[in-house]
Formats: sequence, structure tokens, C-alpha cells
Amino acid sequence: MSQADLTMEGHTTGLTAGPAFSFPTKKLAIWLFIIADTMTFAGCLVAYGFLRNGTPDWPRPFHSITSVVLMTFILLTSSLTMLFGLRSAKTGDKAGAFRWIMITAAAGIVFALLHVREWLGLISEGMTLFKNPWGTGLFGASFFSITGLHLTHVTCGVIALVVVGVRYKGGRYNADDIEVLGLYWHFVDVVWMFVVPLVYLLNVNH
Amino acid sequence: MTTAEDKGNGIGKDVGIYVCLLVLAGLQFVIAYQNISASQMFARMLVVAIVEAGLAAMFFMHLWAEKRGFLIFVAVFATFVLLTLQFGWTDSFRMVSGAPFSK
Repeated sequence: MSQADLTMEGHTTGLTAGPAFSFPTKKLAIWLFIIADTMTFAGCLVAYGFLRNGTPDWPRPFHSITSVVLMTFILLTSSLTMLFGLRSAKTGDKAGAFRWIMITAAAGIVFALLHVREWLGLISEGMTLFKNPWGTGLFGASFFSITGLHLTHVTCGVIALVVVGVRYKGGRYNADDIEVLGLYWHFVDVVWMFVVPLVYLLNVNH
Repeated sequence: MTTAEDKGNGIGKDVGIYVCLLVLAGLQFVIAYQNISASQMFARMLVVAIVEAGLAAMFFMHLWAEKRGFLIFVAVFATFVLLTLQFGWTDSFRMVSGAPFSK
């Protein structure tokens, strides 16, 4: 092999190594969305912390955390079932992937229903966006905003799970689409990990 | 293609991370019932939440297996955003103490 061939080979190897961000387009898009959404949730949570810290009569309305424990367990478990779905999709097991994705969607629906039930409980105790019987009215606005934003994400996620799952089963989508959907679902789970301590656990009435 | 053995190991790792996340989530609930000040509680819960989020991002979202350049980008970006969001705390404490207001 000549020196020129060696040089060319080295050059080619350098090119095929690829840049750091040579990402599949869909995956890059969902990561950019996740980064942007992280800013949204971080902004909301920091604003919530600002208000909570600066308001002396901040309410502590939660007497029981059973519902939050259950919701956390369901959401964490749904992340695991989503991973199982992705693994099945990557090994070509379409039926298995579809089954796990539908289980994940079902867990999301149960989570959303528990969330709505909790909201209705608080509303029945007199809590609205602008007032509540326990203290500053800011609590209702911040609580419903943050949990509502998260619940919207869960609801959109459930719809996406059903749509992508059905289309994957029909052969229109592939394992890459399941992976992109999984990234979104895990992100929703990660956000919940911050919502629970800040919005619920710091406001438990011992 | 993933072999059956790889698949088995992968599922084992996923379940292991899942159990870790459950334990950490449980730890947050334990901290909520400790007899400590709100600031201490906040700090402890935040540390646990960051560890939880890190585990989920690295292993559930497979960030650990992505290109190092992308991993560094996400880490630096996330840290930058979280740090820059902290500018308002001094004003928050001023709301409580009522000082130092300008005359």
C-alpha cells in the first residue's frame, strides 16, 4: 500500500468517525424538545419555590401522601414497561412491543385519573386558583399550574403512546419511533421526581 | 441484533435501576416525615431528586450510551440553565424579612 493510499485511508476514517452531533433527526428533535421543556418546568418550579419561600402563610394542605405514593409508583413502573416495549421493538417482537406500550398507556391513564381525583378532592375542600381555606391564595394558582402542566404532558404522552403503538403494529412506524416516544415518556417521569418533593412533600401537614 | 443473553442482561439492568429509583422515591417520602427544618428538608429532597433524575436520564433515556459530545452538551446546558434560574432567591428572602428595601 502506498503512502498516498495510507493517507487517503486515514482521511476517510476521520470522516466516517463523524461529528459529535451526528444524530438521527427524530432523536435530536425530541432531545431539543426535552431541553426546551426542561427550561419550562424549571422556570415554573423555581417560580414556585420563590413564592413559597417568600410567603409566610404558605398552606400545608396534604394530610395523606398515599395518593402521591401510588402515583409515583405507577409512573415509575410505566417507565420500566416502556423500556420493555423498546427492547421488544428492537428485537423485532412487534406483538410484545405493542403489548408493553399499551400497558404503559394504561398506567398513564390510571396516573391521570388519580391526579384528577386528587384535584377534585382539593377543589371540594374549597381550593380554587385564587383562594383556599388554609392560607395564601397563591398556592392554588401555583399548584394547579405545575401539576396541570405535568398532567397535560402525561395526557399527550398517553395519546402518543396509543397512536404510535397502533401505527407501529400496522408497520408504519419502526423501533426508532418507539425510542423517541420512550424518551418523551421518561422525561415526564423525570419531571415528576421534582414535582413530588417540591409541590407535595414540602407541604405535608404533619 | 441483540442476543438473548444481552437482552437478559439489559432487562436485569433496567429492573435494577427501576428498584433504585423506587428506593430513592421512598427515601423522599421518609425525609418528608423527618423532624427537620423546611430548608434542610428541601436540600435533602433536592439531592435525592437530582440523583433520581440522573439515573433515569443516564440509563432509562440511554444518555450514557450516546456520544460523549452530546452527553457533555446536555450536562453543561442543564447545569447552566439550573444555575441561572437561581438569581431570584435573594429577592425571595427579602420578601420574608422585609429588608433591605430601597427608600
